[in-house]
Formats: sequence, C-alpha cells, structure tokens
Amino acid sequence: MDGGGRRVTRAPFAPGRSVRSRSAGGERSDRERGRGGRDVRGATGTFAHRGAVWAAVAVVPVAFLAVFFAWPVGALVAKGFVDETGFSLTGVSEVLAAQRTWRIVGQTLAQAVAGTAGSVLLGLPGAYLLYRCTFPGRRLLRAVVAVPFVLPTVVVGVAFKSLLIPSGPLGFLGLDASFPAIVAALVFFNYSVVVRTVGGLWSRLDPRTAEAARSLGATRARVWWTVTLPALAPAIAAAASLVFLFCATAFGTVLILGGSSWGTIETEIWYQTTQLLDLPAAAALSILQLVVVAACLLVADATRARQERALRLVGGTREQRLRASDAPAILVTGVVVVGLLLAPMANLVWRSLQTASGVGLGNYANLSGEASGTIAVSVWQATANSLVTAAAATLIALGLGSMVSYLLSRRPASRAGRGVLRFADGAFMLPLGTSAVTVGFGFLITLNRPPLDLRSSWLLIPIAQAVVALPLVVRNLLPTLRAIDPRLQQAAATLGAGPGRVLATIDVPLAWRAFGLATGFAFATSLGEFGATSFLARPDRPTLPVVIFQLIGRPGAENAGTAMAAAVVLAVLTAAVMAVAEWVAPVEVRPW
Amino acid sequence: MVKGLVAEHISVRFGAVAAVDDVTLAVAPGEIVAVLGASGSGKSSLLRAIAGLEPLSGGRVTWDGADVTGVPVHQRGFVVMFQDGQLFPHLSVGGNVGYALNRLDASRRRERVAELLGLVGLDGYAPRPITALSGGEAQRVALARSLAAQPRLLMLDEPLSSLDAGLRERLTGELALALRTTGTPALHVTHDQDEAFAIADRVAVLSAGRLLQVDTPAALWTHPAGREVAEFLGYGPFLAPSEAAALGRPGTPAGTLLALGPDALVPDPDGVRVPVLATAHGRGETFCDVTLPGGRAGTVRLKGIAEPGDHVTVGIDPAGCAVVPQDGGAAAAP
Repeated sequence: MDGGGRRVTRAPFAPGRSVRSRSAGGERSDRERGRGGRDVRGATGTFAHRGAVWAAVAVVPVAFLAVFFAWPVGALVAKGFVDETGFSLTGVSEVLAAQRTWRIVGQTLAQAVAGTAGSVLLGLPGAYLLYRCTFPGRRLLRAVVAVPFVLPTVVVGVAFKSLLIPSGPLGFLGLDASFPAIVAALVFFNYSVVVRTVGGLWSRLDPRTAEAARSLGATRARVWWTVTLPALAPAIAAAASLVFLFCATAFGTVLILGGSSWGTIETEIWYQTTQLLDLPAAAALSILQLVVVAACLLVADATRARQERALRLVGGTREQRLRASDAPAILVTGVVVVGLLLAPMANLVWRSLQTASGVGLGNYANLSGEASGTIAVSVWQATANSLVTAAAATLIALGLGSMVSYLLSRRPASRAGRGVLRFADGAFMLPLGTSAVTVGFGFLITLNRPPLDLRSSWLLIPIAQAVVALPLVVRNLLPTLRAIDPRLQQAAATLGAGPGRVLATIDVPLAWRAFGLATGFAFATSLGEFGATSFLARPDRPTLPVVIFQLIGRPGAENAGTAMAAAVVLAVLTAAVMAVAEWVAPVEVRPW
Repeated sequence: MVKGLVAEHISVRFGAVAAVDDVTLAVAPGEIVAVLGASGSGKSSLLRAIAGLEPLSGGRVTWDGADVTGVPVHQRGFVVMFQDGQLFPHLSVGGNVGYALNRLDASRRRERVAELLGLVGLDGYAPRPITALSGGEAQRVALARSLAAQPRLLMLDEPLSSLDAGLRERLTGELALALRTTGTPALHVTHDQDEAFAIADRVAVLSAGRLLQVDTPAALWTHPAGREVAEFLGYGPFLAPSEAAALGRPGTPAGTLLALGPDALVPDPDGVRVPVLATAHGRGETFCDVTLPGGRAGTVRLKGIAEPGDHVTVGIDPAGCAVVPQDGGAAAAP
C-alpha cells in the first residue's frame, strides 16, 4: 500500500526521472486511494484474457534466458559433478580441498570488502556535494564522476597499470600487482554507483526533518547519526550490495592489475580454462562463484525490500549553497576526483602519446598496422568488430529488456501474481550477478554442437553480451516505468484509449529518457565487455578489449604504447556513447 | 428500459474486506449524483468499480439497460476525473485536452480544444506546459479533458479536495455550471457535505461500503434516514423525547430522536437556564458549550460575550431540527 504519499521506489542505478505527479493531497484520501491503487493492472481492457496476453509477451525473454543463460550455466554447473565414470564429486572436492582455491576465495572477498568500504566511505561526501549542494561547475563534475563506471574494465586496468609500473609516475610506490592497486581500481570503477544511488535519495530528503532535529537541540553530528544516516541507510545498503557484487565478480581489471599473485574467482576460472584446460575445476569454481553471487543478491533483495518503506521525500530536489562546514566534503571529493579519477585517465592519455622518438602520435599511427605480427587484425578492424557486435547486442538487450521491464512494472491484483512478479524480478537480475566469465564459459561448452551450434556464428558474442547487458537495461527502465502513476494510464483508458494507445501515448513517452540511457548503458557495456568475449572471440575476429589485453601481455615498449592508444580509443568511444545517451532532449513538450 | 446508469447490487472486496457492499445506485441522463462519505467509506472503490477499474465481486453495471460489466474501461465511455487531475506531464495543456479527440483532424481538434478551454475559463492556455499550472488551473484542464471525450457519464473522484477552501467553493460552482451546460450526467464522489449539496441533484450517503440513503439535498437535510446519516451531515446532539420536552419542545414521537442542527440551539429569554462550560470566540459572537437538561452537551451561538461559569437561557428553533428514527448506533451519547 502506498499510504502517506511518496516513497522510494527502488534505488535507481542511474537516477530515472520520476514522473510520479502526486500532490500531497491529504493523508486520509491517500490511504483510501492506496487500496484502489493496488489493483490497477494497467487499467486497460477487461479483467479476463489479460493473463494470456502477458504470458505471450513473457515467453520471448524467458525463452531467451532459458537457452542463453540457464542452459549454459546449468550445463557448466553439471560439468562440475560429472567425470568419465558418471556422477562424481571428485572434481568439486578436489577444488574445494585445494589451498589455492581458498586463497583465491579469500582474495576475492577481501578485495570486494575493501573496494565496497572504500567506495561507500569516499562516495558519501561525493553524494552530498554533488546532489545536495549547488555550486558552479556541478554539472561538469557530475559528468566526470559518471565516466569511470562505463569505462571498460580493460581500460581501467591498463590505466592503473600504466600509473603504477616501475617506469610510471607512481612506480616508486612499488604498488604494481598489489592489493591496494586493485582496490583503488575497484573504487575508481564503483565510486559513481554510490554517488548516484545515495545522491539521488539525498537530494530528495525533506530537509525539514533535519531542521526539526536541530531545533530540538541536536548538534550537527547528532543530526547526521540520528536523522540523516538512518534515512540514507536503504540507499547506502542498496549501493553497497551492488558495489560488492561488481567487486566480487571483477575480471578484466583484476586480470591486468593482479599479475600472478592476486586474483578473483573470475580470473581463476579463466586461468583454469584457458591456461590449464582443467574444465571440471573451472566448473567447480563457477559453482562457488554462483554461491557468492546468490548470497549477494539475497542481501541486495532484502535491502531493496527495506527501501520500499515510506520516507519523507519532497517532490523536487532540495539544494543548498556551499557553507564553510562543507570543507571536509569538498576536500575529500576533490582529492578523489583529481587523484583517483582524473590522474589515471590523464596518465593513460599521456603515455599513449609517448613513443620511442618522443611525444607524438606514433602509437595511434600503429593502430592501423599489424606491427606486432601475431595479432591477426589491426586495432581499427577490431574496433569495427566491436562496434558491430555491440550494436547487435544492444538491439537484443533493448528488445528483451523493454519487454521484461514492462512486464515487471505491472501491478497484479492477486497475491499469486505479485509473488510471480517478485520471483521474476530476481530471476531477470541473476545475469547481473552471474559472472560474465561463467556465461562465456557456459556458451563454450553448450552452444558448440547440435541442437544449437553457434560456434561459427558471429551472433554468439552479441548474444553473450546481451545476456550481460540485459539486467542493466532493466535496471534503467524499470524504476521509471514503475514510477508512472497507474492513474495516468487509468485516466487515459477512461478517456477512451485502448491498451495499445495507452502504451504508445503514456508509457513510452514517459520512459523515453530512461530508454535513451538504457541504450547507452547497453552499448557501452557491450563495447567494453571482456569477460564473456574473451572466451568466445575467434582469433580472426577479436573485439577491441580483447586486442588491448593481447597487446598489454606482449613484451616491448611499442606494444605497450599501442595498447595505451587503443585503450584511449576505447575509452573515448564509450564515453561518447554515454554522452550521446545522456544528451536526450528533456521531456517533450509539444503543442500537440 | 431504464435510461442512464444503473449499478445493481454491486460489491467490491479486497481479501476479506468488503469495500463496497451490495450497493444499488442509478444516474439518470443529465443528472448529477453525489456520493458522500467519510474517508474509508468505500466511495472511491464504488466509483472505480463502476468505471471498470476495479473488478466486481458481485452485481452488475448497466447503461440504458445493457450490461456493461464486461466492457473494457476504454470502451465504456465513463470518464474518470481524478483527485489530482492526473494530467499527462509530457503533454501540453492542449495535448491533454485533445487526448480523447485523436480521431479529429488537427484543425478541428484545435478548435474543439479552444472551445473547451473557453468553457473552463482558460482561453489561450493550449500551448502551456502542465508544470506551469496552479492547482486550480490543473483541475480545470482535467475537467476540459474529461468533457472533450463527451462522456456518457463523468465520474469525479474528489476533484476539488486538494484545493484550498476558497478556491474549492468557487470551482464547485463552475463545475456544476459546466456539467449542466454540457448536459453531462455525473457521479461526483466527495467527503465534503457542502460540495455535495451545492452540486448534486441527488446525494447518496455511503458508510462502511453500504448505501445509507439517496435523496435530494433538501430531503436529505430535512429527513435524514437515520442517526448515522444525520450525524454525518452535521446534526448533533440527539435528544430523546423527554430531553426535547425539557427544552420546551414536546411532541417528539417515541422511538425517535430530535436531531439538533448546527443552529438549532438558540438563545431564548423564555428558555431553559443552562451553565456555560467553555467558550470559543468568533467575530462578534461567542460559541458556548453548554450542558443541556439530561446531561448532553450542546453548543449555542451568542451575540456578545460570555465566559465559562456564566449561565445562558436557551431554546430550540424547530427549523434547524430533524426527527430521526432511533437506529442501532443510538446508544452512545455524543
């Protein structure tokens, strides 16, 4: 029930524009309306026959995920329990008995905990400054902060590595291939998740609650601990569980930065598969990974449910000018932005311009050649591959994601219906947590023979990338669709609009901006996708991240320089995609 | 054949709770019926059920004698105007008003929108964005949008309750005028007695999902069907025949109560002397809470000043009273 006016719907990953247009019209009638608001099933059409329509819409994404997610991952899990003689626990127990396994698990958890703690601690002042305060240049700063999250993991890895290798500007610290280096890269990557999720809620907290506490005699510190922090807690918990998930499944960054001494379960699966060819061990590790991810998702779901509770939020955003007491937040955020976010990127660009003959564009000239010999295509060809693949993946992910989001945004009247939706909500989020490596590995062992032999099809990679991007699309679209007041759809229906017209004239226009953002996220994610692609890319048709990884692993300054230049190209492409996506015209206001 | 809307024995249940319980209600062509009830009385559920937004658990809805219970919302021709307007935020004022006119060509539509905006007193507002409207303007746009659909029946779900008192009063008059000008039959849900009385041909009083009485405003006021209705309309205290006689009004039939309206207790030099318990001051007058013979509390309006502890002499003005049967809820004294 949504008595008492506004509530937080769900931590949007990218803050969707709220289209809930409810005036604070008296608690009593709100409560009464809440009861009415429960049914609503779109308010289009009769109450019969709807189930059949929903089922028809649901079949496509469910079938897709069954074939391209459940089956490969299930087959992979099964492989862990089977050897030549049939069912066997030998593979799993060997892996579980190995000391190396527990070292890797320990490293995974340690990195995830440290990365999450760092992101939250540094992200809170950032959320305050960028979403609660107003100052010149805030828009630019928000854009800067948003960039790292969409950067390909390979680029982040290369950027930090170029900073920390002995010949780099911070080489004297001796942090190459170290725990702090990995944690710093994870914080770099996830800082914006905390800032955006927490900031989105913070900007809409009613400041009068805190003011009331102040007037009751509480100090600033007491207000923070007793009023503000508890109000933010759901958003912090949601952000933290998401960041933990991303950190625990980190692959590309750790693979590049960790060297031989540091890894995650993800990198270990990759290592066991591609280097040692030990498939049962990799399968067993994948199972371990699924356990970790499932635990994360359960925690995330619990915090999400808590977030549904009503909070005192205001309609617009509340902002204040900077005050002297904001100095610590400014300091922390300044150091993070300059030292942690900008420095690695600036250094990457700088290094990409350094050639044997001094500063110049030589490395970029090499992108068109096959100077290294062993890589079959030029970097530009790989870039073209990446763009085509990402476009296909985006189409698939958007099509399916729209259907899934539309279905999940319905509000069934029956208890059973709500239960099914809640379950489906979790099920469609599972690929978000399941490692890309597991997906890629699963494809490798299932889709390479009849009934479905896609081994030689170029579609294999877009499909894998779409599986990875699908949850991102849903997370971008769903909060906006859910925030559409069902009475808008009802009003349209009573004005004579059928279900199709309601969809076309109400839902689609209101979700348009979120759709643009979802497109951007899907394209950027697919462009930089490395985990699954690294398993599936054929040698004669690699994508850009794969080529960068191959280049960085080769000896020689020239290869390193080309890798830097290629990483810059990938970063610029990704950032450009996101910039275009963010630049969607504001809500269309047309005279007709 | 019955013309217009008939809701026959309809019920709406939410789990074990009956929000609407066996309600039968008719709206004739051109008629405005107000559904009056406190919050939680089920009046919004009743409206939503008739509109087709809420599944019925019993009964049926007919229009001109034809059963429309299974007809989808958008084909019923029953337009709902919601409490807070529910204007489409991505469309301009003109886009909202013209929403139901999508079958007209653009120039005809523009004309019609201008006409409707004129009807609600918003000439020239068509190109404006929704966000620039005040609360009152938004409701006028919502009304114009609803009328554009030429509804067979307009259903208004507390359309004015989020507005401030002065504006509400003015808009109530304008709303009634617009409905009568266009001859639109309407079902108007409200918790505000004055609004219901001002706008409706007939008023239906709903409580706990049950219909207590349907009558013209005048008949409802002079002959409330029972104590609960009278109480909701603002009557009280309720005097037993002996208590009424003690205040100089004998003749209340046995088994009934004399319900005192807001101005039924008046200063009367020939009346009964009663003690003043508390006072509240108005402009040039004093509201005195007094204890009546028999122990019930009442309020009398006095020209001039009185203080607690004073005594006043009061009597009953029969024009402000109603006689109601002593129904189930009569036991508790007010």
